[in-house]
Amino acid sequence: MTEYAVEIDGLVKTFGDNRAVDGVTLRVPKGTIYGILGPNGAGKTTTINILATLMKSDGGSAKVFGHDVLKEAHIVRKMIGVTGQYASVDESLSATENLVIFGMLRGLKRKQAAERAAELLEEFGLTEAANRPLHKFSGGMRRRLDIAAGLIVIPDLMFLDEPTTGLDPRTRAQMWNTIRALAAKGTTVMLTTQYLDEADNLASRIAVIDHGRVIAEGTPDELKSSVGSSTLVLDMGSSDQSAMAQEIIFDVLGVRSKITDAGRIVTPIAKMDAVADLLIGFREAGLEVQAISIQKPTLDEVFLTITGKTAEDEAGVEA
Amino acid sequence: MTVAASEKLVNHAGLRESVQQTLVMAYRTLLRIKRRPEELVDVLVQPIMFTLMFVYIFGGAISGDPVSYLPIVIPGILVQSVIMASVSTGSGLRDDMDKGVFDRFRSLPISRMAPLVGASVANIVRFGIVIVLTFAMGFVMGLSADGGVIGVLAAALLVTVVSWCISWVFVLVGVMVKSATSVTGISMIILFPLTFLSNAFVPVDTLPSVLGTFASANPVSYLVTAVRELISGAAITGDLWMSIAGAAVIALIFAPLATRAYTRKA
Repeated sequence: MTEYAVEIDGLVKTFGDNRAVDGVTLRVPKGTIYGILGPNGAGKTTTINILATLMKSDGGSAKVFGHDVLKEAHIVRKMIGVTGQYASVDESLSATENLVIFGMLRGLKRKQAAERAAELLEEFGLTEAANRPLHKFSGGMRRRLDIAAGLIVIPDLMFLDEPTTGLDPRTRAQMWNTIRALAAKGTTVMLTTQYLDEADNLASRIAVIDHGRVIAEGTPDELKSSVGSSTLVLDMGSSDQSAMAQEIIFDVLGVRSKITDAGRIVTPIAKMDAVADLLIGFREAGLEVQAISIQKPTLDEVFLTITGKTAEDEAGVEA
Repeated sequence: MTVAASEKLVNHAGLRESVQQTLVMAYRTLLRIKRRPEELVDVLVQPIMFTLMFVYIFGGAISGDPVSYLPIVIPGILVQSVIMASVSTGSGLRDDMDKGVFDRFRSLPISRMAPLVGASVANIVRFGIVIVLTFAMGFVMGLSADGGVIGVLAAALLVTVVSWCISWVFVLVGVMVKSATSVTGISMIILFPLTFLSNAFVPVDTLPSVLGTFASANPVSYLVTAVRELISGAAITGDLWMSIAGAAVIALIFAPLATRAYTRKA
């Protein structure tokens, strides 16, 4: 057996002219939570769908616990649980009926399936809603039921496609706990997200994907140190002043700052103290700061640092 | 700790598993029908409406009086209505496949045929409703069945089996097209010539020669003739076997095509 839950090599998937996945290579170690971070349309969902045997790739290879997802799809399906962005439960049936049907499809007897359904509903705090029609479920309840449906038989590998998109902060925190509990029981979790803080909080490794390519990979700390723990955004008024400011920034902080399309200077900041030194430097040089703000690193900063463009810019560019 | 590690790693579902999975999928379709009984309106209304309309509108013109027309038209309506009821296997599947739950089915280690066969087996409930109502209307209007209970039951069974086989045509349409509405549209284009250009409602010798030739060769005509024979207790002719053979050929061609198209989408 291999030490990896997922091994992807040069994976390609095209839709017409669009190379949605364009040569992704990844290794997901067993027993970890692995985050795939990227903006909308980066190829996250397509990658997950190929791994979950829902889509066929056009090139490269993908293996789950050493089994090829194309050639050994049925074996792969026995090892995985999938929760997509869509509600992958039956709207016209109750929560219990859904889980019982999935249980029986996995080979449980009717009674066993009913017991397992009750257990899962209890675990996910859905017991009271067990027989309520699904259209009365909130977004968070639906998402929890979705995950429960993937856990009828505890999978070796669980795929979660944007598990918290559209959830309120409280439900989001609950979902994080659910995911951590799942990993604590030994299931490898591969999740996609648009939020850096989510990947940071949950994942032990992160791959940043854009235009179907992996543009950065590493532990959250490695990624963050490449970005800086915070970002200083400065408006110096004119481009001359900006150029001078960039030199001062390099002298004081020793980092190369970047200028956005809007003419703002963006600089990764490791320590807040450094901001004071920087402002003194500006004063001494006679530079006037028009506006200043400090931002927590976001997906945008990761993108800006790695590609020199914001995620929105990137999304607007043709592949 | 996981079940997957202890399961035997075979790259396909076994026969027993496949049958079980098919039955679960059929059970699921039945639950859906139970939850949404309004979707049974067509099979509840159509047999009553068609029998009344055909018998009293055409009966006098074709057979002299409505009661004499019954032995001809009731088998015709029966066959047409059951085949029509089989269209919903395709449109129901399409409707279903557009929802996220089908992605989950595709990600499960189950037989690729189970979702399709399950849906088509469950739809036999709709056939049953049509058959019971059509016969009930026929008897109320004065149909006499010299073939007795056995003849009527045999006719019901034959129509069910043949229509189930034909339903695979609509399953294929359902898997391939984009929306449930277009499934119904395309299926009607297949269905109307198939059922009206037959001996279901009029004697074939009254048709223009080209249509007559088509009607004589039409598998629906064999089925209608066989049903008439079974109900009236007449001698069984080759029509019975021809209709069964034709249906088997249709199923053997279209079921694998539909499964393949469904798997392709996965």
